[in-house]
Amino acid sequence: MSFNEMLGPDGKVREPYAKVATWLQRLGPHDIERALRESEARFRRQGITFAVYGDGQASERIIPFDIVPRIFAAQEWRRLSAGIEQRVRAINAFLHDIYHRQEILRAGRIPEAVIVQNEAFVSEMVGVNPAKGIYAHVMGIDIVRVGVNDFYVLEDNCRTPSGVSYMLEDREAMMHLFPELFSAQRVAPVENYPAMLHKTLTAVAPASAGEEPVIVVLTPGIHNSAFFEHAFLADEMGVELCEGSDLFVSDGWLYMRTTQEPKRVDVVYRRIDDAYLDPLSFRPDSNLGVPGILDIYRAGRVTLVNAPGTGVADDKSIYTFMPDIIEFYTGEKPLLSNVPTWRCSQPQDLKYVTEHLSELVVKEVHGSGGYGMLVGPTSTKEQIETFRGKLLAKPSNYIAQPTLALSTVPTFVKSGVAPRHVDLRPFVLSGDLVRITRGGLTRVALQEGSLVVNSSQGGGTKDTWVLED
Amino acid sequence: MLGRTASSLFWMSRYVERAENMSRLLEVGYRISLMPGAVEGHRDEWQSTLASAACLQSYKAKHKEVDGPNVIHFLLFDEDNTSSVKFCLRAARNNGRAVRTALTRDVWESLNSTWNELAQIDPTTITPDRLPSFLDWVKQKAMAFRGALLGTMLRNDPYYFSQLGNFIERADNTARILDVKYFILLPQPSDVGSELDAQQWAQVLRSVSAHRAYRWFYKDSRYKPWLVSEFLILKEEMPRSLLFTYNWINLALNDLGALYGQRYECHTLAQTTHEQLKSGNMEHIFQGGLHEFLQWFMWKNNALSESISKTYNFPL
Repeated sequence: MSFNEMLGPDGKVREPYAKVATWLQRLGPHDIERALRESEARFRRQGITFAVYGDGQASERIIPFDIVPRIFAAQEWRRLSAGIEQRVRAINAFLHDIYHRQEILRAGRIPEAVIVQNEAFVSEMVGVNPAKGIYAHVMGIDIVRVGVNDFYVLEDNCRTPSGVSYMLEDREAMMHLFPELFSAQRVAPVENYPAMLHKTLTAVAPASAGEEPVIVVLTPGIHNSAFFEHAFLADEMGVELCEGSDLFVSDGWLYMRTTQEPKRVDVVYRRIDDAYLDPLSFRPDSNLGVPGILDIYRAGRVTLVNAPGTGVADDKSIYTFMPDIIEFYTGEKPLLSNVPTWRCSQPQDLKYVTEHLSELVVKEVHGSGGYGMLVGPTSTKEQIETFRGKLLAKPSNYIAQPTLALSTVPTFVKSGVAPRHVDLRPFVLSGDLVRITRGGLTRVALQEGSLVVNSSQGGGTKDTWVLED
Repeated sequence: MLGRTASSLFWMSRYVERAENMSRLLEVGYRISLMPGAVEGHRDEWQSTLASAACLQSYKAKHKEVDGPNVIHFLLFDEDNTSSVKFCLRAARNNGRAVRTALTRDVWESLNSTWNELAQIDPTTITPDRLPSFLDWVKQKAMAFRGALLGTMLRNDPYYFSQLGNFIERADNTARILDVKYFILLPQPSDVGSELDAQQWAQVLRSVSAHRAYRWFYKDSRYKPWLVSEFLILKEEMPRSLLFTYNWINLALNDLGALYGQRYECHTLAQTTHEQLKSGNMEHIFQGGLHEFLQWFMWKNNALSESISKTYNFPL
């Protein structure tokens, strides 16, 4: 049985959900219908959409929004944040180390090949000193819960994690639809995220920047799946939203093309991948990036957020070493658990995995977004056999994990309110300080029994509450 | 402000204006098609609609016959046609989406909801009986967009660039409708002053929503070519006249110049055209040839558009 976050095993409502449970009982079918209709219309009207790739046409969708919030007590959240902060500090220390002295490799805690031969390792970053020593300024850590105090980290997203705009818009929608819920209890605000992001970006500006550094958000453009979020964040922070062609390097500085004189840029919150960032250093066919930006970044004349090469810390092949990494840099035991993971590159692990495919979740080492994964327990024999072929063809491309009993939260579905599995992506900012939003993005698998919460696979979202004491 | 932002704002407004003008033209075409045999031997309303919309060539490249259903579909829904309503509203919305940060929520939502509603519409359901209400819908959406823009945008550069796009498009449209009527539709000198002639001038007025304003303004129910042309070229009271559009273009450019503290070639260009319209009189214009005048105007208008884009770093 999965842990039900609202109803304890004794059938009693758990404390954080007390008020919401009563509210749910009183909610009539008409209220629900109205709320669902209004929220959908609201998201459509505002264009809060994401693009689904490989879908041919009609590719702008809204993510289903569920009106039952997901709730944490203050105490629960404090424990969780301590674990998140520990992990994020360790990751930044790790990134600094592997691009400098590589102590962790010398100590033999991680095999050298895992780092140096990793596709996400950017050799141009060796010896570079980013402002404040921070590499992963913006992280979204995917966490699942299996019991009252049992949390597991599924993935550390250190590249360009998205979803924060949904966190903010879900809250807006809830406050608009059910203001009475917010007056009945104290829910920690999340709307300060853009301000926190702005502070973080300001704090890591290069020394050459003035009192008020010029910050821009760099987007691949309107066809990117997360374009809405890029525009949203630029708007909320009051900074320009640029495409690569709006920026250029001249005489060793970065500028943007304006309707007047070119304007110098100090900090780039880039939402494009390393490979597309600079055609002179990475993929030469990229027209999304800015030629020459990496050189001036290395010279400390502009800050890139996140730094190039952070992907080496969230790669699934590094994931398995994360407990060691945390201990190595913090001298502490990890506060949050890792999911036990089999590396299919290891013959023994591969043997176990092939014998237990129907019980395991198997993922591509470099995959994301829920594409190309196998969820053993909910797959047909045929699907499993097809996957086995792919796995055996290139075992090193895969890792496997036990199927976790993800916690459930009541969710509106066709038949009424029913428990559905959820995960959590809190957003963590690192600059002068580590700042964790009190809330996050809760993704929910809308199909009964499904454990796949990704929006690209039909998952929905919920507003996430952290109650104040 | 980014040069690309200026460009998107300019085109956003320009495309909405174009969509609105297209629906007016179609409305007129549709009205005439409902008058059975009103004018003996002249059932070329769709041909002239295509000509006024500057779509005759692109239409003929695709279709052999000029017939109502095909023309309507081509001008409303054919996305290969860069002047079709659907193409314009998509382009307006994509431009707006790219510069959301420069728009107020009201402006963006008006663009977005228009596009979302249009995308839901199955073109085959827009049968002739539903055409008028659909065209009304397009016009209302365009006006709601402009209302949101006028009512909520700060008076600074984003506003000025969107005004420029709006009025450069409108100027071009009015000049073209007039030119098509005068130069293409009436090849026979004997037709001048005929029933057909009067009716075509009435259509020109209708296509800029000015047939009633004309009567009120001139206290005359006869549509005289001289007066209609004057109304659409030189009368600043008429919101689709060339002078009116250049009042606004000039204003937007002056404000922009003041804001940036610098004037360029585009300021001079706009000012010259503006002054020529202000001091113009119809006698003069007809003496030199109305067609020649309108061609000159459209050329100047286009040159202005190019100069603005060069001056303010619009990417191509």
